[in-house]
Amino acid sequence: MGQALDVHRFHFAFTITFHYLFPQLTMGLALLLVYLKTKALATGDEHYNRAARFWARIFGINFALGVVTGIPMEFQFGTNWAAFSKAAGGVIGQTLAMEGVFSFFLESSFLGLFLFGEKSLGRVGHWCSAFLVFLGSWLSGYFIVATDAWMQHPAGYRLRPGGEMELSSFWGLLLNKWALWQYAHNMLGAVQTGCFVMAAVGAFYLLTKRDENYGRTFVRTGVLVGTIAALLQLFPTGDVQGKMIAYNQPATLAAMEGLFESQQGAPLAILGQPDVEKRRLDNPLEVPNVLSFLTYREWRADVKGLSEFPETDWPDQIPLLYYSYHVMVGLGTIFIAVMVAAAILLWRGRLYLSRGMLWILMICVPLPYIANTAGWMTAELGRQPWLIYGLMRTAEGVSPRVAAGNAWFTLIGFMGMYAVLAVLWLFLIYREIRQGPEPGGNGRGDLAAATV
Amino acid sequence: METVWFCLVAIMIAVYVLLDGFDLGAGAIHLLAAKTDQERRQILASIGPVWDGNEVWLLAAGGTLYFAFPALYASGFSGFYLPLMMVLWLLILRGSSIEFRNHIQSAVWDPFWDFLFCGSSLLLAVFFGAALGNVVRGVPLDASGYFFEPLWTNFRLGEETGILDWYTILVGVLALLALVMHGGLWVQMKTSGEVSSRAGKLAGRSWWGVLALTATITGITFRVQPQVLANFSTRPWGLVFPLLAVGGLAGVVFELRKRSEPRAFLASCAYLTGMLTSVVFGVYPMVLPARNPLYSLTVTNAKAGNYGLKIGLVWWVLGMILAAGYFTLVYRSFAGKVAVDKDSHG
Repeated sequence: MGQALDVHRFHFAFTITFHYLFPQLTMGLALLLVYLKTKALATGDEHYNRAARFWARIFGINFALGVVTGIPMEFQFGTNWAAFSKAAGGVIGQTLAMEGVFSFFLESSFLGLFLFGEKSLGRVGHWCSAFLVFLGSWLSGYFIVATDAWMQHPAGYRLRPGGEMELSSFWGLLLNKWALWQYAHNMLGAVQTGCFVMAAVGAFYLLTKRDENYGRTFVRTGVLVGTIAALLQLFPTGDVQGKMIAYNQPATLAAMEGLFESQQGAPLAILGQPDVEKRRLDNPLEVPNVLSFLTYREWRADVKGLSEFPETDWPDQIPLLYYSYHVMVGLGTIFIAVMVAAAILLWRGRLYLSRGMLWILMICVPLPYIANTAGWMTAELGRQPWLIYGLMRTAEGVSPRVAAGNAWFTLIGFMGMYAVLAVLWLFLIYREIRQGPEPGGNGRGDLAAATV
Repeated sequence: METVWFCLVAIMIAVYVLLDGFDLGAGAIHLLAAKTDQERRQILASIGPVWDGNEVWLLAAGGTLYFAFPALYASGFSGFYLPLMMVLWLLILRGSSIEFRNHIQSAVWDPFWDFLFCGSSLLLAVFFGAALGNVVRGVPLDASGYFFEPLWTNFRLGEETGILDWYTILVGVLALLALVMHGGLWVQMKTSGEVSSRAGKLAGRSWWGVLALTATITGITFRVQPQVLANFSTRPWGLVFPLLAVGGLAGVVFELRKRSEPRAFLASCAYLTGMLTSVVFGVYPMVLPARNPLYSLTVTNAKAGNYGLKIGLVWWVLGMILAAGYFTLVYRSFAGKVAVDKDSHG
């Protein structure tokens, strides 16, 4: 493997991972903002409007960071992956251009109106602006997932004589079965980030005995929506994705599960460390037959291990892929447990007084970010060694003239810049949470109060 | 079909330059035209609700370029790797400074972001101009369809060119002056009091520089890129584009004297449109000229498949109608001069 290739891969991985910290929250919050605005409209209770205004400020900061870190993503297709862009641009250029034309214009136009136009738009008009921001951000998500889904499972294309791919079916690309399921799974992940963040801020207010009426609204909203999302994340969306991988990317499934040899009645590994050299899982903690059942709904079904495939078709980062997948599934299971337990307490009317549960909700806040990141790592590392599954290898897609030194230069630049942005982000979000949702509460708007 | 898409991408880029051009220009004069915090907030308020939407035209134009001419996107973006990445960094700094400046009022917070906003806007204008200069001059493409340009070599127009040579630097300076004029006229139109009159004066002063450099660079361009002169002599109807630019430039000074602020801004729009369309007309059918004409990328050898281009026309037109609707709504709700009250911080 060439050195430049590794730098280009890490360049994309680093910038996309940092970028996706922001859209996963804004896409999730966009839904919750529509929920809060709908409650305000339906009940006429100003409390929900104030709650929405608080979350709109958090949304605004995250949205701005999502925009500035998102622009480099579109550029990098051309700058770092020129050979891939030349070959596949005729197909995925469609979805990427549609994202610009249909979502970005919508989002950028109505976000300004949503954030600053509440007075002039009126109640219904402001609800509409919230809904259009939601629509824009969720459409954007679809076009991006459809692009990735095409790389995972190419559809609606044909090969040109020069080796490039061109579009042959617009709807084949847009309604790729893989895209629909991956989108559902991905958006549920974003909704869970939004719910956990909202519930955590609510729990913080309840535990510190401030803004408690808002705290209850935030915890209730986060837990109700979050429970539904956590369950749907596992079934049906996670389940179908697993099956699609089993049928279409069998070597990926084997690597995710750390299954080196084919087995009838394959076990599900809960823990264990894959040793690729010796082709085995060390210290395995396994549940017999479960992998066969989950994949084929038959306890004794035959699941193919990695040894069935030539090593050149194995994903090149098997341990990392294995851990990403296990972290994602493990955290997903924890989310179901936390959310369902909180929902039961809420139903019994004891959640707001249960300090233990509120503590758990508060400290869980980094976990959905980790789970979403691990999920995307599973998808992208699992696609290796292919850039477009079965059509183009990752090594063939890189820009032929951009040397490792130049890629390092810009990677280091992004690292420095993003470190500053991360500090800024934490600082500004901390300030908003400290100031709280009550208008005029807790010394809005001056640094002096924050530093004393 | 490919010529249609060539024109559509050109229109998108022109709209980007007209719209983001005024907020880049406003940024470039930010420190000069506005001195106090309240004045600076006037400039920021004059672009606040629209700058992000304006920048989307860059993304949408980039996406459309990718979809219609993938080979151009691949070759151009990887060849201009370093300057594009720097443009990205500047866009990140600039976006952050506009969005985060007004979160906190402090003697160390605002001036920091004001400086970043001004500096990044200024450099972006120069970079975009230099990029245009590179496209006109031609790049060292070879038979593989790729190239890589370092930031500079020896600043001469030889075979091994860098991004910066005396010609592209000159175009970069023209771009900065033109956007200072454009942004100055916008700020003059959208603000009131001292800021408005200082911005108007800056626009008037940069007008002379724009005039001088436009004349000089036009003369040089005919020698640097022979295709331009050839295109204008074989298809003389194309002269409407440079005429639009000249008319616009004359209009700016004429309307400034008459103190008609919106018309002066519109004249500046006409100048920028005329300049860009002249360049586009001048290099057609090339989309990226090579120093060795054999290897130039043209609308035919860089285009995507016909089916995709046809179906794209359907959704593109639909999307543009929607976008035009949003922009009308946003700009209408933002009509007139901005007002900044003393405590709009937070």
